[in-house]
Amino acid sequence: MHDAPDQTVYLDHAATTPMLPAAVEAMTAHLGDVGNPSSLHASGRAARRVVEESRETIAQALNCRPGEVVFTSGGTEADNLALKGLFWSRHDADPARVRILASSVEHHAVLDALHWLAEEEHAEVELLEVDSRGRLDLDAYRDAVERDPASIAAVSVMWANNEVGTVQPIAEVVAVASGHGIPVHTDAVQAVGALPVDFAASGVDALTLTGHKLGGPYGVGALVLRRELSLTPLLHGGGQERDIRSGTLDMPAIAGFATAVEHAVKAQPEYAERVAGLRDSLVRRVVEAVPDAHLHGDPEHRLPGNAHLGFPDCEGDSLLMLLDARGIECSTGSACSAGVPQPSHVLLAMGLDDEGARHSLRFTLGRTSSASDVDALVAAIGPAVERARGARIT
Amino acid sequence: MKVVAAMSGGVDSAVAAARAHEAGHDVTGIHLALSRNPASYRSGARGCCTIEDANDARRAADVIGIPFYVWDLSERFHEDVVEDFMDEYAAGRTPNPCLRCNEKIKFAAVLDRALALGFDAVATGHYAQVRAATDGTTELHRAVDAGKDQSYVLGVLTQTQLAHSLFPLGDTAKPQVRAEAAARGLLVADKPDSHDICFVSDGDNAGWLREKLPERLGSERADRFSGTIVDGESGRELGRHDGTFGFTIGQRKGLRLGTPAPDGRPRYVLDIEPVTGTVTVGPREALTVDRIVADRPRWCGAAPEAAPDAPLHGTVQLRAHGAEHRARIAVTDERVEIELVDPAQGIAPGQAAVIYDGTRVVGSATIVSTARIGATA
Repeated sequence: MHDAPDQTVYLDHAATTPMLPAAVEAMTAHLGDVGNPSSLHASGRAARRVVEESRETIAQALNCRPGEVVFTSGGTEADNLALKGLFWSRHDADPARVRILASSVEHHAVLDALHWLAEEEHAEVELLEVDSRGRLDLDAYRDAVERDPASIAAVSVMWANNEVGTVQPIAEVVAVASGHGIPVHTDAVQAVGALPVDFAASGVDALTLTGHKLGGPYGVGALVLRRELSLTPLLHGGGQERDIRSGTLDMPAIAGFATAVEHAVKAQPEYAERVAGLRDSLVRRVVEAVPDAHLHGDPEHRLPGNAHLGFPDCEGDSLLMLLDARGIECSTGSACSAGVPQPSHVLLAMGLDDEGARHSLRFTLGRTSSASDVDALVAAIGPAVERARGARIT
Repeated sequence: MKVVAAMSGGVDSAVAAARAHEAGHDVTGIHLALSRNPASYRSGARGCCTIEDANDARRAADVIGIPFYVWDLSERFHEDVVEDFMDEYAAGRTPNPCLRCNEKIKFAAVLDRALALGFDAVATGHYAQVRAATDGTTELHRAVDAGKDQSYVLGVLTQTQLAHSLFPLGDTAKPQVRAEAAARGLLVADKPDSHDICFVSDGDNAGWLREKLPERLGSERADRFSGTIVDGESGRELGRHDGTFGFTIGQRKGLRLGTPAPDGRPRYVLDIEPVTGTVTVGPREALTVDRIVADRPRWCGAAPEAAPDAPLHGTVQLRAHGAEHRARIAVTDERVEIELVDPAQGIAPGQAAVIYDGTRVVGSATIVSTARIGATA
């Protein structure tokens, strides 16, 4: 629709964000190494040493013990491992524990794992309401726990929402559950590196993080799991990772992952301040260009890089396509099956109707974002919205 | 031009998109998501409604090197095509959903959206040709490959729609299109052609309708479609059936009649009466018609000069991939009366009569009634 753009304006850092040069270096340094970390000989020991140093690096960054870091293939596996593993082991220990509580705005890696547990394992899954800003309704949560705490196998509430950026009241969630000895899992995939995340201080029992959202490689992540907690494994085999997660460890990826975690956590305070400043200017200037555009989510408890905006009477996927043609990359923030956009369950849970959910776009900033990215979006958004409004299928 | 290429995931639309791209157009690939639940309409690699097809289309766009998006037209498709299909069968007619889809979806909803988004045209893999006439209008013509010609299902397009349509395969034979796909590295080169209606699995229209009609009409009304099969000459009841929607005029197979005809010759469906549930059968000769009345005409250009006293001498095609019949065509007040010089057999109300002048498509109309040779119209 326009001539090929000179350069890409990448505003989809919540989908994935560029690898840190230091992480690329740490990973590529080991790509040619031979040695299975489980082998006993010198090459195996050398590989094992990289894995364990990486584990210690991550533990230090997140304030957990090294033995609490369980490497996985990423966030989806860590979420599945936490929920299924906790449900199986807690339900085996006491068959009365059949309930799982979670927020209704969880990522599909949590929601679909829970749906599976409900259908196949007779778990009673209760999805808790959120307010119009996407924040967990703590009263409803407290009531759900107090109603029958002994029947709860686990609670799962994400640290921060991937679509609208709302940060959840994790401390309050933990305070209610821990009084009853109920383990709490949190999907912190979007939070690590963007917000202060201290595993020990948070009081959560299990925490999911993944490499590619914080400047590390794809295909590697971790479940940080409190040492005292027992978990039934998903994957059976060689018994790696305390028997919780079998499979040969991807040593180069783990090295890159650990480097990224270390850098991201160390840089977090400056990162959050700078990116939130860019984000605020993006929101302000887009609303100036499109006066009826409005911010979704919580203006206060919010990921620094997230700007989720509603554009009334304007299909998000038309707008995405028009911006893409200008080299501006963003997301409709919705789940896709066969590429068919479904209205986002997060926006619906926040009380938007189908139309409001479809008339939205997510712009997410990251480490490499700059003021010129915001300038490019602001220059393009007004005409794009006008054109997309004329192209509605009625 | 800025062109939207509708890509089904099949070989034709992939090569059409590639040709438009190579002709210098700025092409964006679009896959139309037509099923509300991608897994529900049908499974298997053929057709146009599966996740696999969307992925095939996406891979073809990658290979061609064009942007690609999925457009969700499922609601419009359901209302304009699927529900129309059900209602037409319920009324005892035989609809052509591909025609309806071209009229309402591909060259309407998709074209409108494309134009509004700043595109100039929609390209598809249909085998047909658009040609610029000397008077500046756009004409629709049959494809060069007569065996693949799809001008019949495009006969509903108006001048405005045609002016924004590209059919890059119209001058090419199918084997060459497959060879071209292979040469371009398009993995769909060997994908089988689709023949059935895309939202009906296994081509089992009657089974699909039996399942879907109760929801559409309410089970009470749907039940009333069962009835008797009677002999057209004697009026004798020959059997029962569980739904008139399982029949189409001219059908021979699946009548499940216990007693053979006295003369031992096969019997065909002659008439369907959905209100009483009566299906009338008879010998093949009784299917022959030479008068057709059609309504809802759509002209590809200006309406033809075809008064009853000075009819148009042209040809008509009465079903997809059907034969051409020489005909005298008269147009009066939204009504098209066709007198066939070459009689036709098994013509079903609901199907389109597409009118040709040589290779040029004049327009189309929906058949409402037919009359047999010797009978008065």
